[in-house]
Amino acid sequence: MLKVDNVTKVYKVGTFGGKTMTAVDAVSFDVRPGEVVSLIGESGSGKSTLGKMILGLVPITSGSITVDGVAVKPGKEYYRSVQGVFQDPFSCYNPVFKADRVFQLIKESYYPAVPAAEWTERVRSAIRDVRLNPDEVLGKFPHQLSGGQLQRLLIARALLLDLKLLIADEITSMLDASTRIDVLNLLAELKARGLGVLYVTHDLSLGHYLAERTVVLRHGTVVEMGVTAKVFDDPLHPYTRQLLSAVPRLHAPWEEAAPVGSCLYHERGGTGGLLEADPGHFVACAQLSNC
Amino acid sequence: MTTTTTLPAEERVVRREALYFAVRNTKLLIGFGIVLVLLLTGLLGPLLLGGESPNEYVAGPMLPPSGEHWFGTTTFGQDVFTQFVYGLRTTFLAGAMGGGIAAVIAMAIGFVAGYRGGLVDEILNMLTNVVLVIPTLAVLLIINAYLGIRSVGLQALFIGLTSWPWAARAIRAQTFSLRSRDFVDLARLSGVSTRRIITREIAPNMSSYLFMTFILLFGGSILIAASLDFIGLGPTEGVSLGLMLQNATQWSALQLGLWWWFVPPGAAITAVVGALYVANVGLDEVFNPKLRET
Repeated sequence: MLKVDNVTKVYKVGTFGGKTMTAVDAVSFDVRPGEVVSLIGESGSGKSTLGKMILGLVPITSGSITVDGVAVKPGKEYYRSVQGVFQDPFSCYNPVFKADRVFQLIKESYYPAVPAAEWTERVRSAIRDVRLNPDEVLGKFPHQLSGGQLQRLLIARALLLDLKLLIADEITSMLDASTRIDVLNLLAELKARGLGVLYVTHDLSLGHYLAERTVVLRHGTVVEMGVTAKVFDDPLHPYTRQLLSAVPRLHAPWEEAAPVGSCLYHERGGTGGLLEADPGHFVACAQLSNC
Repeated sequence: MTTTTTLPAEERVVRREALYFAVRNTKLLIGFGIVLVLLLTGLLGPLLLGGESPNEYVAGPMLPPSGEHWFGTTTFGQDVFTQFVYGLRTTFLAGAMGGGIAAVIAMAIGFVAGYRGGLVDEILNMLTNVVLVIPTLAVLLIINAYLGIRSVGLQALFIGLTSWPWAARAIRAQTFSLRSRDFVDLARLSGVSTRRIITREIAPNMSSYLFMTFILLFGGSILIAASLDFIGLGPTEGVSLGLMLQNATQWSALQLGLWWWFVPPGAAITAVVGALYVANVGLDEVFNPKLRET
């Protein structure tokens, strides 16, 4: 459904765009309906930029992004089926208006003909779907609601549309542990409804909990991707190994990551791009910079 | 605030709610009250005074305030109260027109530059900076002297066309910081057009800021108009508060002890600008739901 093909994003920086900075470099992956794909990477790896490009909020420098064969085209029609939920719920609401306004904007753009009473009922049922009590959250200002409530209201907002794809950009990073698991379970429910979800995160354990497939991003390039179980149980790229060893474990103290041996990529004859080590398990060269 | 109102969740509620808090805010009521009283004096006063020209010689010279002449008379026997009433009207007109023109230009340039960014921003910013460094008063002097015919409207137009840059810069900076907030992205994801994002998402967030900008421009225009009048470049006919001050100075009202000649216009200018500032503090509390609760 979502197909990201050889996408590159170059930012112009400095006065009159004198210098350039490559945020995303030739990234390709796809998301199928009813599937959660987690996009994992450290800060500055380009994962949020990718999410914003898919949402059409940031223009693509080269390459193509298509949803069901249609290229990204920011506008009403595109956003009817592709939506995003962002990292900071407090910044997603206009502080001078009540939180309900996010639903009102959807009504004005997509369902102007729906009578007010019926719309209110739809909103209330969407709010119940995200396990909130409509009476508690409607008619309040954003600063009167908690981060978890606000984040779930944003998911309820997305549910009001005929959604095919949801970009969830670090949606749990501002939440406490108990709300976090609620929101994750909500995403799992969306998956069951047949939605594709791109789950952007830096938290490996959350990615592992939820996703069918995992894409590991570093410095704007994909270093490894494949079925979550394979990537996590048999990481081939040294960066992925390092990431996995950096996850705090409940019963073991911290230990240094195993040093990288020879590069599997060259041994198997990879030349540029990604090498398919196992079926559906891709890896890039370990010496990315001087490959 | 002890009462809480339960209103239906509709778009217009925001405005009704702002009004609810507005009528309960003392600062706002006092500020607008003073401005309104002076404005009504300027608007209705001339109608009640009858058709006589404010520069008519109606009584003996240098009479102190009395029941007959509330603000006394000038060296020439003109009624100061009549002049004051007509002057208020002119001054409000100069302020509203000059401030209004400047505010419209500043908002158009500030919002577009701040929201679009990039090359558009660089060009508009350059234009703003050029107008900002033009010595306004000198240009006004030259233009006013060159044109000969000097009406209040023309004066206000020149003031408006030259006093917007700082406001445009302030609005641009504010828009710039609001643009990067996630709710703007979310509005785009809701299919809202750029124009509506600016007018309905960004502008309401800075409504008190915009109003303050207008108040400062309004007050500034009144002061510039008064200064121009004072140095003898005001309207060639009629009367304004600035012209009254100029005449009072020119005919040594201070030295002669004719305080009733220059105190009313000076006090009125101060009162209008000061009251608008007080009202602005009140407005901030009305528009910002967080400030209401403290």
